[in-house]
Amino acid sequence: MAHGCWTDRSFGMIQLIHVSKDYGSEKKALSDISVEIPDGDFVFLIGPTGAGKTTLLRLLTRELLPTEGQIIIDDEDISLVPESQLFLLRRKVGMVFQDLKLLMDRTVAENIAVGMEVLGKSEEEIEKGVVDVLGLVELADKANFFPVQLSQGEKQRIALARAIVAGPKVLLADEPTGNLDPETSEDILEILQEVNKMGTTVLVVTHNSLLVDAHKKRTLTMKEGEIVSDETKGKYRFTKRAHHTKKHEEHKEERKEHEKED
Amino acid sequence: MKKKTSSVWTHIRRSPYQSFAAVLTMFITFLLTGIFLLTTSLSFAILQYFESKPQLTVFFMEKAGKAEADALTITLDATEKVASTKFVSKEEALAIYKEQNKNDPLLLEMVTADILPASLEVTAKDPRYLAELEPIMKQADGVEEVVFQKDVVDSLLSWTNAIRNVGGVLAILLAMDSLLIIMTVIGMKIALKKEEIDILKLIGASPWYIRMPFILEGGVYGVTGAFAAWIVIMALVVGFRAHIVSFLGAIPVIQTVLGDMLSTTSLLISGGFLVSMVLFGFLLGAVGSLVSLGRYIKF
Repeated sequence: MAHGCWTDRSFGMIQLIHVSKDYGSEKKALSDISVEIPDGDFVFLIGPTGAGKTTLLRLLTRELLPTEGQIIIDDEDISLVPESQLFLLRRKVGMVFQDLKLLMDRTVAENIAVGMEVLGKSEEEIEKGVVDVLGLVELADKANFFPVQLSQGEKQRIALARAIVAGPKVLLADEPTGNLDPETSEDILEILQEVNKMGTTVLVVTHNSLLVDAHKKRTLTMKEGEIVSDETKGKYRFTKRAHHTKKHEEHKEERKEHEKED
Repeated sequence: MKKKTSSVWTHIRRSPYQSFAAVLTMFITFLLTGIFLLTTSLSFAILQYFESKPQLTVFFMEKAGKAEADALTITLDATEKVASTKFVSKEEALAIYKEQNKNDPLLLEMVTADILPASLEVTAKDPRYLAELEPIMKQADGVEEVVFQKDVVDSLLSWTNAIRNVGGVLAILLAMDSLLIIMTVIGMKIALKKEEIDILKLIGASPWYIRMPFILEGGVYGVTGAFAAWIVIMALVVGFRAHIVSFLGAIPVIQTVLGDMLSTTSLLISGGFLVSMVLFGFLLGAVGSLVSLGRYIKF
């Protein structure tokens, strides 16, 4: 995979640097976003409908390309990844889709297994991985069920299981608790936290403010295509993009110096 | 591999009519191409046989024989244009006839040495001398007929070329037709599985992981069609074997291949024919799928 210009791991697992995205209309879906999410962080992304949350996630999986700016994941500028190599990026960045995207003609176990099959794992590894992850999402007894036979909460868990079974470095979850009762939502959050404890960087998009308040995690708030706050446990963390712009400039200087030394 | 195979089988099972159309097209392509290939090979074998035969054969009248042949040989030798001559008596002609028709007792019963003519096989030092030698032979005592081998060879050659050309063009057209059918069938299957393909792309499936089941599916159509065609061709060969051997059994290649269908040579040839057809079938199906994948899935 092509390497981006950012080589300093300490600068963060995910970096968005002056990222904008417009779909051709006057109003930008994302406007000059700069943010960094370090390795192993757990972050909530909240905001009203149309704030640009899903656009941001789709940029992180390279379903979309930014109109301006850079997106760095695991030291690589993902805009530079050729189409033919995108699958390598998507193996690093697991995604729980809002519409789940389950394969309806496959069983629960097969839906999860496909997450490992695409990595070329052996049948033994896949079998073990599926059993382990089914245990984690507490659906071991429904391995041979089809998605239509499951409740919404169970389907959410299957989508989550498929995303985590491949062991991604980053896990993006788009409304993983949407339409779920508080208890099931809490279960899903617990699983996500378990995954985070294993070292995976987790970014959760949600409308569920109760859940966000209950878990004292870093929270990015978006509004009209901008990040308007970045808080942890109610503590204001950054003042919009000023901090990132400064850090970005510092890093560019550092890089120039490194290049001269080389 | 087990997963991929079951995935291919699922693809085929879920749209049986399209799959049947693809296999049927492949079958017709390989059946006709195979038949033309065998006919062309047979023609070449006949051609080679006649090319290896003496250039001129002089058949004597019923009552003529060794004495007339010796006199003619002396006359021909005097021209210094003859490389070799060989006298075939009535008895030898009968022996040759018996050998050629040993599998057909009815034909053997009907023929005796009396009705077969004695002959003199003549090979010229240079084919250009044949035209000069022919009148000498025709004017010799006891000669009934002079068969000019070149006429037979020329006629066979033009037939062989015609079969080869028509067969070649037809094979190319049929292969193109099969390719288009495979492309269409696989294209439809890709459209049916578009959502699944999009999901696979998003969860990190490599382009080859997505392509492989479709390529294998195209290959399966080709292999199945080619194998079915081989079985039908073999059944035709076995069915017509007795007739072919009775008419063309004098040709050594035909006698070797068709004389005993269970001989090592015969088994090797039919096995090689099967392997070639199946390989070409897989290739044709896989290429059709690949073209379709390139057209419908962008990576």
